[in-house]
Amino acid sequence: MDFNDAPEEAAFRAEARAWLEANAQAVPTGGLGENAEAVADEKRWQALKADAGWACLTWPEEYGGRAASPMQNVIWNEEESKYKASVNIFSIGQGMLGPTLMVHGTEEQKQRYLRPMLRGEEIWSQLFSEPGAGSDIAGLRTHCVRDGDDWITNGQKIWTSGAHYSDWGILVARTDPNVVKHAGLSYFIVDMKAPGIEIRPIKQIDGGSGFNEVFFNDVRIPDSSRVGEINDGWRCVITTLMNERSSLGMSLGGLGIDDLIELARETRWDGSAAIDDASVRRRLADYYIRLKGVQYTSYRSLTALSRGATPGPEGSIGKLVSAPLRQEMASFAVDLLGEAGVLRGDASAARGAWQSAYLGAPGIRLAGGTDEILRNIVAERVLGLPPEMRADKGMAFKEIPTGSL
Amino acid sequence: MNFDFSEEQKLLQQTARDYLEEHCQLDAARQVLESSAPYASDLWKGVAEMGWLGAAIPEAYGGAGFGHLELALIAQELGRALAPIPFSSSVYLATEALLLAGTPEQRTRYLPGLASGERIGTLAHSEGAGRGGSPGLTTRIEGDRVSGTKIPVPDGDVAGLIVAVVRDADATSLALVELPCEGVDVEALDSIDPSRSQARVTLNDAPAEILGERGAGEDLAARLLDRAATLMAFEQIGGAERALSITRDFCMNRYAFGRPIASFQALKHRLADLFVAIELAKSNAYYAAWALQNDEPDLATAACSARASASDAFELASKEMIQMHGGVGFTWEYDCHLFYRRSKLLAVTLGSADLWRDRLIERLTG
Ligand SMILES: Cc1cc2nc3c(=O)[nH]c(=O)nc-3n(C[C@H](O)[C@H](O)[C@H](O)COP(=O)(O)OP(=O)(O)OC[C@H]3O[C@@H](n4cnc5c(N)ncnc54)[C@H](O)[C@@H]3O)c2cc1C
Repeated sequence: MDFNDAPEEAAFRAEARAWLEANAQAVPTGGLGENAEAVADEKRWQALKADAGWACLTWPEEYGGRAASPMQNVIWNEEESKYKASVNIFSIGQGMLGPTLMVHGTEEQKQRYLRPMLRGEEIWSQLFSEPGAGSDIAGLRTHCVRDGDDWITNGQKIWTSGAHYSDWGILVARTDPNVVKHAGLSYFIVDMKAPGIEIRPIKQIDGGSGFNEVFFNDVRIPDSSRVGEINDGWRCVITTLMNERSSLGMSLGGLGIDDLIELARETRWDGSAAIDDASVRRRLADYYIRLKGVQYTSYRSLTALSRGATPGPEGSIGKLVSAPLRQEMASFAVDLLGEAGVLRGDASAARGAWQSAYLGAPGIRLAGGTDEILRNIVAERVLGLPPEMRADKGMAFKEIPTGSL
Repeated sequence: MNFDFSEEQKLLQQTARDYLEEHCQLDAARQVLESSAPYASDLWKGVAEMGWLGAAIPEAYGGAGFGHLELALIAQELGRALAPIPFSSSVYLATEALLLAGTPEQRTRYLPGLASGERIGTLAHSEGAGRGGSPGLTTRIEGDRVSGTKIPVPDGDVAGLIVAVVRDADATSLALVELPCEGVDVEALDSIDPSRSQARVTLNDAPAEILGERGAGEDLAARLLDRAATLMAFEQIGGAERALSITRDFCMNRYAFGRPIASFQALKHRLADLFVAIELAKSNAYYAAWALQNDEPDLATAACSARASASDAFELASKEMIQMHGGVGFTWEYDCHLFYRRSKLLAVTLGSADLWRDRLIERLTG
């Protein structure tokens, strides 16, 4: 065991640093990719990285990657994050959908889509969740009916992050309602500008609009855009979700434990620094320990990965711990500031960053698998505990009971 | 022992609930949140007409002369409705300060206006980020003039009377400042819950008058905060109960995996825990309300327990509310965020739960 960079890792890190240093001016500083300008900045940065070999490092060379090891990818991400705080608007494509296409796509699909995805020329979104199916994603109702060489699609998706600036989407839809729910799904590539698609932004509790409702009205999808076999889409979904849980960014608007420690240093409590208070110290220590636990756990899985293991359900630990922890930290930061903790904007410490984090944090606990679903994965797939009784087991999809919401 | 409210008190509570169901649906808070209005002025007038602003004010001063138990139940209903009005500032803080320490002349001057709602009052004690003990205060009174900056002052932008905690030579005093007036600058500030107002109040040789005994400000402020915290606990409990009830109903009607999500033990146990947390907070708050009503010395510890448990219960309720609603809980359109914002605002105003825990141990051991 050795936590220091091996000589070749150190060399790789130095190379990454040198490139970042030389290109530091080009790093986008914008927000969450919600306006056209920020998206254009992100695209420029992605293309610059791609041309220099710093995009999708672990991808095979034939699709523009450099077949780097997972460890090298981590090193790159660590170094890049020192320069770039903004969210990666390409991550859904590059981290989840690209890897799925690599496993299940046709050669033609791989040739057509992967390079522009890597270079950031085309942005992708994930059209999985529906109003009636989130955790129970296999319960989705958007359906496709075969019409010659095409499929005609009707239904509604929701919570589609980035749909408003995406070129392509991955759609999971029902192609057979007469069989058990998992067995009647197919996985398609869909042109987000296709006639019949309507995108409506959803306003989030923090005031932003990162996600959308996407309506499908008789949208034609050529059968050549299907990924995997007809009614075998669930297999592709699993590949996507496995990649999602290991790729999800746990960033909290760039705030970390160091920032919280700094805040506790600067904030005065009864004449001394808040950090001198025993209860504050205990909490900070607790946050630090949990964060490090998650970080080192991810290093352990990395080591296993680099020895050829495939990502397993234990990848869920990261988000299960980090997401609620981020909410706890933001909430504590607000409390730390005393009554002034309620203020936002310039009148607040760190210009209101912690208050914004407090409002944004609940979303991280829901996106990409809720806390509860992640616990079920650990309990059932890691510990081998019996699954919950399935009320819909063996039932044809159309017979499954539904609620009023 | 009789550890319950009387029939008349419960009737009053029911009347309050009925009134608010008619005049203060949750979109009342949403409207203030989304507009530039500092509070719902129609509701304010209505609440004044119902006599709630003066619930604890004796009839001789224009109040309804009920008492603190009645006021506590009204607070609970206002919390339940997330009422977007400066009730806590004007009633639990300014009015209580006058009831606690005002001279008959000061009461005569201010209580009728506070009871009728024509004048909104508040307390200005915080002076920026952190926990400020009185020794650190920079706002000073010299003669009958105060200078300094108070931030945040809840509802400071709409207040016509501020009770300021100020440095007075080597001691601390409470001072009354009437607004608007020369030497007072008020700026509204953005906050985590814009359905309630926050302001920065800058005092520059502003005319002021001492409230209560000179130099007794530290003790008076502490006693005032105990009273306010007790009433605020009821408001928090009302909010927590409403959040639980909405979430329960949602979980009954939302299906996943072919069954109501309420049937998953992972959620069921947490809803049960939440109910228990609210019940414990409520019992602590009842005890504190009794101590408040009867001027019992126990209020010093009871207020701490009520406050800390109510803050925790409401914060937990609003967090669970979003989490159990799933994606819709994270939208602007659903009401969950109104609770998430309000629970944090109320938990931080008057000091965090941890601060009250510290205070509790000091008082138990001191
Ligand atoms: C910020 C954000 C971005 C998102 N981006 C995307 C995106 O780009 N593409 C996309 O397809 N989706 C996206 N989602 C949707 C997300 O995946 C779903 O919100 C999530 O899976 C939960 O589904 P739901 O909202 O339908 O809640 P539900 O599934 O209805 O869950 C409601 C509650 O019930 C609980 N629950 C459900 N089943 C069980 C069980 N078996 N045991 C115990 N508890 C259970 C849940 O944990 C939750 O607390 C996003 C969501 C958010 C918040």
